[in-house]
Amino acid sequence: MPMGKAINAGLRKALADDPKVLLMGEDIGPLGGVFRVTEGLHAEFGGDRVIDSPLAESGIVGTAIGLAMRGYRPVLEIQFDGFVFPAFDQITTQLGRQNLRHDGRMPMPVVIRIPYGGHIGSIEHHQESPEAYFTHTPGIRVVSPSSPHDAYWMIQEAIASNDPVIFFEPKSRYWPKGPVDLDHAGIALHSSRVMRRGTDVTVVGHGAMVATLLQAADIAEQEGRSLEVVDLRSLSPIDYGPLVDSVQRTGRLVVAQEAVGFTSLGSEVAATIAERCFYSLEAPVLRVSSFDTPFPPAALEADYLPSPDRVLEAVDRALAY
Amino acid sequence: MVQILTPDGVIAPSAEAEPYAELVEGLDDSTLETFYRDMVRSRRLDIMGANLQRQGQLALWVPSHGQEAAQVGSARAARTQDHIFPSYREHVVGMIRGLDPVRIMALLRGATLGGWDPAETGNFHLYTLVLASQTLHATGYAMGLRFDGLVGTGDPETDTAVLVYYGDGSTSQGDASEALVFGSSFQTPQVYFIQNNQWAISVPVQRQSRVPLAQRGPGFGMPGIRIDGNDVLASYAVTRTAMEQARAGEGPSLIEALTYRMGAHTTADDPTKYRPEGELESWIARDPISRYRTWLEGRGASEAFFDQADADADDYAADVRRRTLELQAPSRPAIFEHVYSEPHPLMAQQAEWLERYEAGFEGGAA
Repeated sequence: MPMGKAINAGLRKALADDPKVLLMGEDIGPLGGVFRVTEGLHAEFGGDRVIDSPLAESGIVGTAIGLAMRGYRPVLEIQFDGFVFPAFDQITTQLGRQNLRHDGRMPMPVVIRIPYGGHIGSIEHHQESPEAYFTHTPGIRVVSPSSPHDAYWMIQEAIASNDPVIFFEPKSRYWPKGPVDLDHAGIALHSSRVMRRGTDVTVVGHGAMVATLLQAADIAEQEGRSLEVVDLRSLSPIDYGPLVDSVQRTGRLVVAQEAVGFTSLGSEVAATIAERCFYSLEAPVLRVSSFDTPFPPAALEADYLPSPDRVLEAVDRALAY
Repeated sequence: MVQILTPDGVIAPSAEAEPYAELVEGLDDSTLETFYRDMVRSRRLDIMGANLQRQGQLALWVPSHGQEAAQVGSARAARTQDHIFPSYREHVVGMIRGLDPVRIMALLRGATLGGWDPAETGNFHLYTLVLASQTLHATGYAMGLRFDGLVGTGDPETDTAVLVYYGDGSTSQGDASEALVFGSSFQTPQVYFIQNNQWAISVPVQRQSRVPLAQRGPGFGMPGIRIDGNDVLASYAVTRTAMEQARAGEGPSLIEALTYRMGAHTTADDPTKYRPEGELESWIARDPISRYRTWLEGRGASEAFFDQADADADDYAADVRRRTLELQAPSRPAIFEHVYSEPHPLMAQQAEWLERYEAGFEGGAA
């Protein structure tokens, strides 16, 4: 099943299981969303459960806060990564703080789905990776699946959470198929996971970058190098356990991300691993990121986004110490 | 403009007020006296709050002096089951709904971030310091009421509406406009209540809008009604009518209450630097409490009633003041509590670190 369909199935299950779950966003109704992730849900659950909103991102998040106060569990869609910023104020100053401001008596079970990242050749504001803005915000949880199986389960777990969850969907992964176990999630929402065992260098990433890291590991294997690949899955909080274990075994870490590198999630991971694994490290923790520029015209995206080769270049540097 | 009670304290409904006159005629003495007592209590609390700030007991005070009629009339128009989303100046609205004003003092003293549960305060929600944010929360809540089928049932105990307060400055925020879009599109059971107190800190309302703010209503597809916000009877009658229409499923309305913030925006501000000469005096002549008192006197209210209202307000304020000074700072672990509603490893780690760090000092002293 492709990830887009897996999220659709997860949303359908959540809507069917709990009458308080509702979806809201731009064009998510009869159209089924621009990526068709909500396809068929409007017909199945009606316009009061799958709501085509006015074209106003702050309004979508702000009214969802009121709906959550009323006992609903809104699942919102922001059409594209670069369009979340009109809602930034409601997310950071309101959504993330309601429970705290109410002394724990106003949980905010709101999920904000954001298709993000590059590799689809789109235009300005349609290929960004803004996750660090949200991981920097206390009160908000942030996750990103890398596989259809995880997407199916993580969307349901995010909806079940009483805390607000930003659910970053790597849009380049909407279409590739993968297995989905409809009976068992495997691991909890805020867990990281070792995707491939290896002994020489640990490489870690999230979302679409996991596919890039797995490709890099394949290539490295042909060159006689063994990479251990870790999928963060949860960006806030971060589950460091498997990563620390891995780095203590390999002694080397490369952190890869599509986002701008400066003050990024990768910076946080690098700093934390440097603190926790100082005596295990054989090399500095290295970061592979996109450049510290706005996302370029799509014709240049292959030069902008971290490729398997750029990951392997960092692996070489790590091994050279 | 809807005005029922003139600044001279005479009932003389304006042409726009005709539909509301009957509603006011039906009010009993007890209700009319309650309006007065509410307004006096509000003003008394306001003076006390400003004094406490000057004495260093509050980080800030947000005055509502001059806006008593707009707030009391509209608040008294809501039914028990209605939900009220304030901005941060509606102290008397909260008091009317059953909020202990010490909770407001705690917020302004820096002891809490609010902390009250609307379920325990007459559905009076938390103050929101980011301008106009609450207009969207109120609208979403009203959407939920509609989805819950609590609108237009014909049962006055069931049908529920939302009343949201904001100021003239807030109307310039995008959220205020988005709230009107959502409210109109989803026909929410809701009243948008703008207190136009003429100044957004130091910037006059003319910089926020070239047209009367009430005209925002029709532009978004809902009635927009301008009232004399210093006339408690107009505030009550118009809000009550709009709330009843909302509960009946007739959609949202917008009310612009023309009033005046006689004090500073907050105690951090100095209005003498920006107010034109004579403006304050012109509004003192339109004072909401004195005009209402004149009218009540004309109806035969006794001097003893007014004296009692003053004495009760003094007692009330003294009690709030005493309990404000007794407020304790929250305990240190509160920093980490409730940031998330479910367990979170960073909160646990950092709370543990802080505890160990502090314990280290205690160990050193021993």
